[in-house]
Amino acid sequence: MDRFARLLTDLIYTRARNGKLALLADYLRTVPDPDRGWALAALTGGIDFPAIKAGTVRALIQERVDPVLFALSRDFVGDTAETVSLMWPAPPGPVRGAPGVSEAVALLASASRGTAKAVLAGLLDRLDEDGRFALLKLATGALRIGVSARLAKTAFAQAFGVALDEVEELWHAMRPPYAELFAWATGAAAKPDISAVPVFRPFMLANPLEDEAIDLRDYAAEWKWDGIRIQIVSVGGAARLFSRGGEDITASFPEIAEAFDHEGVLDGELLVRGTHQGGEAASFNALQQRLGRKSVSGRLQADYPAFVRLYDVLLDGGEDLRRLPWTERRARLEALAPRLDRSAFDISALIEAETFEALAELRAQARESDIEGVMLKRRDSAYEPGRKAGLWFKWKREPLTADCVLMYAQRGSGKRSSLYSDYTFGCWTAPEAKGGVLLPVGKAYSGFSDEELKWLDSFVRKQTTGRFGPVREVDKTLVLEVAFDAVNPSTRHKSGIAMRFPRISRIRRDKPASEADLIDTLRRMIAAGAKAGSASKT
Amino acid sequence: MPIGPETPRWIKAEREGLHLPTIGWWIDPSRAVTNALVTHGHADHARGGHGEVWATAATRDIIDLRYGTPAGGGDVAYGECIEIGDSITATFLPAGHVLGSAQILLERQGERIIVTGDYKRRADPTCPPFVPTPCDILITEATFALPIFTHPPIEREIARLLAAREANPERTVLVGAYALGKAQRVIAELRRAGYAETIWLHGAMTAMCALYERHGVTLGPLAPVSETPRGELKGQIVICPPSALNSVWARKMPDQINAVASGWMRVRQRAVQSNVELPLIISDHCDWNELTATILEVAPQETWITHGREDALLHWCAMRQIRARALELVGREDEDEAA
Repeated sequence: MDRFARLLTDLIYTRARNGKLALLADYLRTVPDPDRGWALAALTGGIDFPAIKAGTVRALIQERVDPVLFALSRDFVGDTAETVSLMWPAPPGPVRGAPGVSEAVALLASASRGTAKAVLAGLLDRLDEDGRFALLKLATGALRIGVSARLAKTAFAQAFGVALDEVEELWHAMRPPYAELFAWATGAAAKPDISAVPVFRPFMLANPLEDEAIDLRDYAAEWKWDGIRIQIVSVGGAARLFSRGGEDITASFPEIAEAFDHEGVLDGELLVRGTHQGGEAASFNALQQRLGRKSVSGRLQADYPAFVRLYDVLLDGGEDLRRLPWTERRARLEALAPRLDRSAFDISALIEAETFEALAELRAQARESDIEGVMLKRRDSAYEPGRKAGLWFKWKREPLTADCVLMYAQRGSGKRSSLYSDYTFGCWTAPEAKGGVLLPVGKAYSGFSDEELKWLDSFVRKQTTGRFGPVREVDKTLVLEVAFDAVNPSTRHKSGIAMRFPRISRIRRDKPASEADLIDTLRRMIAAGAKAGSASKT
Repeated sequence: MPIGPETPRWIKAEREGLHLPTIGWWIDPSRAVTNALVTHGHADHARGGHGEVWATAATRDIIDLRYGTPAGGGDVAYGECIEIGDSITATFLPAGHVLGSAQILLERQGERIIVTGDYKRRADPTCPPFVPTPCDILITEATFALPIFTHPPIEREIARLLAAREANPERTVLVGAYALGKAQRVIAELRRAGYAETIWLHGAMTAMCALYERHGVTLGPLAPVSETPRGELKGQIVICPPSALNSVWARKMPDQINAVASGWMRVRQRAVQSNVELPLIISDHCDWNELTATILEVAPQETWITHGREDALLHWCAMRQIRARALELVGREDEDEAA
């Protein structure tokens, strides 16, 4: 546990991503099995002890220390695990040495609701402060130490010099403490065979099109549908749905999984039926009603009918097609798509355009049709996981812009920790002369050059009018031209709107704050289809 | 209705500080007064503009450095007793907090009141240790009065600082520490651990370090950062005020490691929020165990608790039938008792 505790402590105090990666990789390389596997499971959220809840810890500590002193301390610290680790009283008698991660996992897993407190207490007695903190984080499953599952897997790949794509692909077929995965990565065993397991394969992703010259003889064009990328995996009868990050979202869309009766792995966009997006699908907003649910009612399924627009085929039956060029995969997809349930699946049509200029013209109309943009796929490209240069491009419609006023700023993280680089900006509720006030409409931390960042940082420092914890309020004098992809209605913000992908496009030192845009101007940018609450009404 | 002696009428806790109404003197007042007894030089205890200031020689020097020479008053040595009127005497006793820090023992006709100011019970190479002294009323600070605060041995924290420097020869370790007290203690402890290299100082530190040296605290080779090419600071230790860590000044350092020496660093969330990479739990105040142990050791008839987390300490006293009150509430409690 000592080593794991030290890892967590070091990770908490290390801001740079590379620093975190180095710490994780060193741990994974040097700690023996199965401890490192359990640690990896804890870091990727792959561990759960059903008998141990946050309430178990709270009940236990109140038996050991004065509840009033605990409550006062908890209020000050703000985190139960940390509070308990700091004030856990030393045991009266001698105790056994600190448990290893595996021993702790075994004991926690064996606990029942009746024995949970005793098991936890026995372990806490054997640990020092850092150890207690690590144990409680491990036991309750909520690490919250700024390490994502993706970062942990990246560190694993770096530690053993294996490809992250391969790790991702194997990951979903492995169970903690991942003995097979470590055996393969360290060269002690062959790569595990997962052909019979329904697992997620890493997606092929697109780069934004900058100034590249595109010849449509080399690239095929499709519309860029605004839903969520989804992978449908079916092995041995049961289909599962995975999101971009490899999260299993089958439970949110049971009707799609049920409708899929084809062995293989397909790539597509999950959408909700509607008349937005060129009349072919509802807005992303409508789809959001269906996301993140552990179960879904028939009513919700009827109000927001989901379907998948297919982009690609990775596996057909047992045959891996990923090394084939796009044209051949497309032919296979076109051959198999008609055999699928039409209510749940269709194919993403190709855009007919003779020349790049003709395509550019079609793209120029994208905003009117509420389509996010155009995708360009190299006809001879294999299905490469990740974002490989030159193969797939997304060519989004021109962004919208608005002139906003800088209101608040916060420090960034990592390299930007000494710079005020996160900006909250607002627009007017009415013209200032008519008594309008500024309300925040968005937050951005990109789009500016290093030079501009330095200038903005110094502006914030010089123009600070108030401080709220880490947030600085500034004199409302600076106009920022903000670019964004869309405006959606939002009940979460006082202004009633939310920008999609906002970034700072220009600093408008020439423009007085009173001439910044009105919130009403932004509200008019809300796409027609996004206004209605329900897709079925659009 | 609390059981115990009547509160002496010759001392009153006011919002501005402790007041001796029969003679018009104050202890650590927050506004300028005619006659002030001052426990130590930190800004929340020592202010400028008093008529007479009675304090240890070091504290008076610190006030001199920060606010200009006090108009009157005088130096009081540790153990020295001065008569201040109405049969009240004040004796200055070491508090172990920072250079010159004192507890003030006030006596009148056999009644004994101790004002601790800020204090700690750990050894500190820059000032003599706290002397526990019997009294009727103990007026104690409560800065770290929560059971989560137990300060580790300073040797452990200094070793962590040196290890971080050792492991990062290309980086500069910036240690945020209060300019009065913490900075010099960290330097003195580094010397005690055998660190003999130049320690670099932010401009806000130099005058106070020189003052410490004049009072006989040796700090070894020190040099100001301002006159040094930044490249030469690789692998070096720089001491600066905590506020300088995330400033434009710090950005010019070669890839700095932000360290902060403070008792608050015990809480991870706090340290992370303030951008700290190397939290050093080094405090010039008592931790929870030392506060409670001091109350038990001094065993006053009544404990008054000033600035800090008095809720927890009041609760702890109540659970042990120890008579205690938080100072801000003294006035109101009197009214309640009268009712």
